Amino acid sequence: MLLPSPWRADFPAIAALQRQDQTYLDNAATTQKPQALLDALTHYYANGAANVHRAQHLPGAHATQAFENTRHKVTQWLNAGECGQIVFTHGATSALNLLAYGLEHQFNPGDEIVISALEHHANLLPWQQLAQRKKLTLVVLPLDADGVIDLDAAARLITPRTRLLAVSQLSNVLGVWQPLPALLAMAKAHDALTVVDGAQGVVHGRHDVQVLGCDFYVFSSHKLYGPDGLGVLFGRHEALARLQHWQFGGEMVQDADYQHATFRPAPLGFEAGTPPIASVIALGATLNYLANLDQAAVEAHEAALHALLVEGLKQRQGIRLLGSPQLALVSFVVEGVHNADLAHLLTEQGIAVRAGHHCAMPLLKGFGLAGAIRVSLALYNDSEDLERFFVALDQALELLQ
Amino acid sequence: MTLPADAQAALDSFEHCSGWEQRARLLMQWGQRLPELNDADKTDANRVHGCESLMWLVGEQVDGHWQFAASSEARLIRGLVALLLARVNGLSTQALQQVDLPEWFNQLGLSRQLSPSRSNGLNAVLVRMRELAG
Ligand SMILES: Cc1ncc(COP(=O)(O)O)c(C=O)c1O
Repeated sequence: MLLPSPWRADFPAIAALQRQDQTYLDNAATTQKPQALLDALTHYYANGAANVHRAQHLPGAHATQAFENTRHKVTQWLNAGECGQIVFTHGATSALNLLAYGLEHQFNPGDEIVISALEHHANLLPWQQLAQRKKLTLVVLPLDADGVIDLDAAARLITPRTRLLAVSQLSNVLGVWQPLPALLAMAKAHDALTVVDGAQGVVHGRHDVQVLGCDFYVFSSHKLYGPDGLGVLFGRHEALARLQHWQFGGEMVQDADYQHATFRPAPLGFEAGTPPIASVIALGATLNYLANLDQAAVEAHEAALHALLVEGLKQRQGIRLLGSPQLALVSFVVEGVHNADLAHLLTEQGIAVRAGHHCAMPLLKGFGLAGAIRVSLALYNDSEDLERFFVALDQALELLQ
Repeated sequence: MTLPADAQAALDSFEHCSGWEQRARLLMQWGQRLPELNDADKTDANRVHGCESLMWLVGEQVDGHWQFAASSEARLIRGLVALLLARVNGLSTQALQQVDLPEWFNQLGLSRQLSPSRSNGLNAVLVRMRELAG
């Protein structure tokens, strides 16, 4: 089956990588960028950089306008409407750390924070360390055989002691949607705060934070075909009001004396220092580009590619998939073959996939594995990319098995 | 400067190797020749961290000559380590400090295996070896 991507030519790096004989299938780590983003960056730097929210001069006004336009576009992208605010951070990781520090005063010893067994380190370690600082209990929701959070167990483990639930929407290892509506409802029934790690989820389909009803939703621009060094934290107004200021300096201050200071509310109060201005502006360009695509066609293309990938792997002897991946990516191991050896030989053949623990060591340990190979897809991939991957895989396995 | 005999043999075979498949086969052959470590040596203290595969390295001086031994679960990295040991085993401390190991892998056509983005652990092995040899 031939599955060309009608959007491939919009991403100039794909052709450049192909000229270097590289097939890029590590999109869950980071993505290539559309021409629209490159144009926006060039335009900003070529026409006058300026700091935002500070200067009264014209370049400053232009930069601030473009910067705030992106905030508006992100609000629309998540359909946040009037229910909350968008705070820019330096990535999903820094957004989650902002939450773990900003909410610290909300917890008392013995309170419980609930996460799941599949969390990326970025949505595990900030909570684990908070639990250690404040003598809280970190409760870990188990998964079923398909890699989905077990709702029966969750119903038992989410209790009146639960003060916060932080779960991933889509695992970066297992590629399965998590049952967020049910989980969030359980947490809300006990008045717990809810945090959704949308780092992978936001890349596939459109999500509506008002429908989801979470207090916080975080993602990284660079995984959504945007520039790096930039993350997004959506917070509902009531939830943001519970955050204490975390990092200090710059325009986040309202009034400062030598001995004390007062701070602005969200969003600016949580954007200490000069933000990644060019990246914010360029994310706006990426969102414009994405908003103009036929979303149904993108999803159908990604689903068809994913089916091809899963089918191809299942046809081969000795390959074990982790969980039951539904979309976006597949992680697998091969019986009797060390994943480092397979990764080595795929690299030799110009196949860019990820090997290792994927920043989810406890999850991999739960599978009894030290590592796995992950193939992850983006809208610009096509069936020829997968063909090249399978040819390389067969050659590698022939040598190794 | 004369190379140790094993190292010369490695150089002869890798120099004439064309293509990734042949290189991979050779690496695995070298890996197979690497003597297994005793289980007693596979301790946490001997673990080399920074590898995708479990790896251990031990080294001692016998009559002023270094003898290293290593083990890894992954076959290609075992081959890389075998090539490393072929170059350094038998050297005095002074000679060991003088060998240009990146250049050695370069001569073998394997310099990419030492790039900082590689998590295969070869870099970590080099660091550990320097620590052992003080
Ligand atoms: C599920 C998930 N959460 C969080 C992150 C962290 O994102 P970043 O490294 O951009 O902060 C990632 C990135 O790999 C991820 O896949």
